[in-house]
Amino acid sequence: MSSPRIVLIGALLLASALAFGQAKQMSVQVKETQIRATPSFLGRILGVLSYGDRVTVLAEQSGWARISLPSGKGEGWVNLSALSPKRIVLKSGSQEVASGASSGEVALAGKGFNREVEAEYRDEKQLDYTWIDRMEGFRVSPEQVLAFLQQGGLPTSPGGAP
Amino acid sequence: MKALRLILPAAAALAVLTALSSCASFGSADALSVLNIAAKTADVVAKSFQDITPEQEYYIGRAVGANILRQYSPYSEAKANAYLNLLGQTLAMASERPETFGGYHFLILDSGEINAFAAPGGLIFVSRGLLACADSEDTVAAILAHEIGHVAKRHGLKAIKASRYKDAGLAIGKAAVEEYGSEQLVQVTGAFSGTIDDITSTLVNSGYSREAEKEADLAAVDILKRTGYDPNALVRMLERMKTRLKPGGPGFAKTHPDPAVRIAEIRKSLPVSPVPPVQPQRQARYLAALGKL
Repeated sequence: MSSPRIVLIGALLLASALAFGQAKQMSVQVKETQIRATPSFLGRILGVLSYGDRVTVLAEQSGWARISLPSGKGEGWVNLSALSPKRIVLKSGSQEVASGASSGEVALAGKGFNREVEAEYRDEKQLDYTWIDRMEGFRVSPEQVLAFLQQGGLPTSPGGAP
Repeated sequence: MKALRLILPAAAALAVLTALSSCASFGSADALSVLNIAAKTADVVAKSFQDITPEQEYYIGRAVGANILRQYSPYSEAKANAYLNLLGQTLAMASERPETFGGYHFLILDSGEINAFAAPGGLIFVSRGLLACADSEDTVAAILAHEIGHVAKRHGLKAIKASRYKDAGLAIGKAAVEEYGSEQLVQVTGAFSGTIDDITSTLVNSGYSREAEKEADLAAVDILKRTGYDPNALVRMLERMKTRLKPGGPGFAKTHPDPAVRIAEIRKSLPVSPVPPVQPQRQARYLAALGKL
């Protein structure tokens, strides 16, 4: 009885290790995102990630992913809304595109509606994008948000988001 | 023993299945062979808004925004827009979708009409007329939080007609090329144009469904609670708008359910709490930025 029991326990341990122990890979699905020291937008910025970058997610906690830093040394936090479980491929010539771009596991950057289509559409409809570009230039830093919260008597603790 | 013999193969199979599924969903190098198999059986067309990537949503949002700005002029006063962006960004961070491809950005429209539009991806437009209904930072926060709710829930993309995916789906689902050939570009741009028409017409003419408005209201209450603003400010804002909206009038009156109906729904999720005292500094900066609207 004892040896099958050990084998069984071993097999179950293997199964659970594969299910839970393996760190998962995710891709950055936004133009740019920050790695932070704590799971908060007000946390110290440790680094910046760009569209398509792959990260190793070690754990998830209330909307944030704990990741290994790209340098391999240390850990940081990225908001989960910036990450996709799909592999995002930036260049269409690569092997991943040929094998899986339409499988649902891989997203091809720049496919379909892209900058080229926008330019064609803008010319065709004679649309003015000046203010759209200007809007995207309206940027707010975490320091400004922190000062805004403090001045307005609003909570800045992790319990009270952001 | 018999039972154990049955369990063992099951555990081993579980281990193999787990390994396979983790490969497939995490897309590691080993997973490419799995993907090869998957690619052969998967549909290549986008079937619904869920297949639209954040990057595509970004280009859709920019085009919807450019169409809105064809009908409404921007209110270019820098201080007012800077305040709106600071407040809006603070609220977006507390939403269920704090980061979009190009981020959240806010612009005041130079129109007395009571109206607001949330283009997919986070470009949010609020009219002077709507901001003039507010009486505090908390009430402005309620308006912005509602619009952020529409973006977070991707309501704009849900306005794309199902039939559009026959054309648009082929275009956006295709494993594309570096650059389109001229004929292909015309085809994809045609699909893009139809998609933009669907969303813009919903935002400007017909409005979202009552259900979508309710979702955005509840999202707004959550955002207000998390940031420390008064969640009752949304009800107060709707009450103030109700006295100013003309039934059958343009803008909000046409595209949104009756404020009274919305208030009744929102009240169900509001805490029974006293209205917090007005913060003098919050009120002062609100008046300095938007008081002249």
